[in-house]
Amino acid sequence: MAIKIQTKNLNFFYGTHQALLNNDLTVEENAITAVIGPSGCGKSTHLRVYNRIFELYREQRAEGEVLLDGQNILAADVDVLELRRRVGMIFQKPTPFPMSVFENVAYPLRLHYKLSRGELSDRVREALIGASLWDEVKDKLKASGLALSGGQQQRLCIARAIAVEPEVLLMDEPTSAIDPVATLKIEELMVTLKKQFTIVIVTHNMQQAARISDVTAFFYKGEIIETGATKQIFTNPRNRKTEEYITGRFG
Amino acid sequence: MFKSDSFFKWLCLASAALIGILMLGFFIQLTVSSSEIWQTYGLGFLASRDWDPVNDHYGALPSIVGTLVTTTISLIIALPLAFSAALYLVDARPLIGEVLGHAIDLLAAIPSIIYGMWGLFVLAPLMQDYVEPFLVETLKLSSLPVVGKYIGSDYNGFGLLTAGIILSIMILPYICAILRDVFLMTPPMLRESAYGIGCTKWETAKDIVLRYGIRGILGAIFIGLGRALGETMAVLFVIGNIMDMPENLLSGATTIASTLANNFPEADGLQRSALFALGLVLLTMSFGIQILAQYYLHATSAKRGEER
Repeated sequence: MAIKIQTKNLNFFYGTHQALLNNDLTVEENAITAVIGPSGCGKSTHLRVYNRIFELYREQRAEGEVLLDGQNILAADVDVLELRRRVGMIFQKPTPFPMSVFENVAYPLRLHYKLSRGELSDRVREALIGASLWDEVKDKLKASGLALSGGQQQRLCIARAIAVEPEVLLMDEPTSAIDPVATLKIEELMVTLKKQFTIVIVTHNMQQAARISDVTAFFYKGEIIETGATKQIFTNPRNRKTEEYITGRFG
Repeated sequence: MFKSDSFFKWLCLASAALIGILMLGFFIQLTVSSSEIWQTYGLGFLASRDWDPVNDHYGALPSIVGTLVTTTISLIIALPLAFSAALYLVDARPLIGEVLGHAIDLLAAIPSIIYGMWGLFVLAPLMQDYVEPFLVETLKLSSLPVVGKYIGSDYNGFGLLTAGIILSIMILPYICAILRDVFLMTPPMLRESAYGIGCTKWETAKDIVLRYGIRGILGAIFIGLGRALGETMAVLFVIGNIMDMPENLLSGATTIASTLANNFPEADGLQRSALFALGLVLLTMSFGIQILAQYYLHATSAKRGEER
């Protein structure tokens, strides 16, 4: 498989505190890469480097290289807005914008493209279909995005992210605030989405990682302890720490 | 034990009742004292442009218009300034944000008479020498079609525009402080998702933060509006105190509050009644805005509960 993201020697600092140590990680194209590890091990921090969202906070700083299709996205001359179009993000909690269902998806489209009214509504519909939400909301496109259920809101956020045709989807514990049934739906959706997108998911839920991911990376105290095919990590981990974690001895 | 509790309860009740009684008292007293004018003119008093003590004719319209126009100007100027300042304060480096934040809060502590003096001795000459010539002679705003005649070409530093500017500076800190709180209440994750789809700071502010906090922002507007409506001293010094209907933004004019302050000492008979009637109008306006604001905040807090 082709390599989509190649992280080389990534170090990350919150002020003087170092949160990531020499992370090296390869993310394969059109696959789901799961990032697992105990709380505070740097999983989310690592993910938040890929779209440079950490830069919103003055005291946060990343060093090293993250190559997206061979281009270092941490370089100073990278167009961050375009990077964030190419690398979408889904958060722990659904974050619909305070506007209608339709506008939630149309908003990023207007931001990045000049579309006619017809093209716009086509693209919105495609995105909602892509997020398997269309059938549930097609009659209430004008309703507030906040009026949907939690699971629907999260799929609306996925629709919003895929509307601008990104290449990578970053998911930071996307189902942690969602009920089990809705979670299953989102997991199924992710497996469908990987045909089109490269997905990196941070998850606390090891069953989730085992169910849907192709590759798993185990983080511990800011270091990547072990990376490998998900099957191998969960059945035959090479590192003792990984084994202890996946068998539930800590975390 | 029981007795003192009961005493305390009655004391509290009496204090609370006093506020209500005072409020009611204001309305009753103003209504009674202005009854002569209502009997003479009826509601026509509100729509009449005449203010002619020599012939004993009185109308409220110039004062009402002056009040509304200066208030509107002040909001138009103060809102965008307060909005951008509050956005900056929220995102600024901690030290800068704190120092500037306190400086803006301190603006609110300046007594309005100081604003009045500053307006008279600093702002009005500045307006006359630089701002108004720039508007009239350089930009030639008064020769614009349609709106030109409302801007006007005769200036002397005093008038609606200068009063509106003074007011805007006065209400700026109030609006800014509330907006800052509104922005701080925006969930960080919501802002991050806006940045996450490729929004710039400006797009995030105007499309996401603004929409999210629209209710709090409306509350801020109401507070600013309430203050601007009743402000007397700062306006009195720079509005020109002309009792005629203002023709344009540069005209000298009057507001309800400054009409009252200027005319009470020598007023008697019907004029005195007219002034009380103006007082009643002002009180009703501020009261109405307060009630509207309260109602709005109440209605929307219930709605928010439903959404979450």
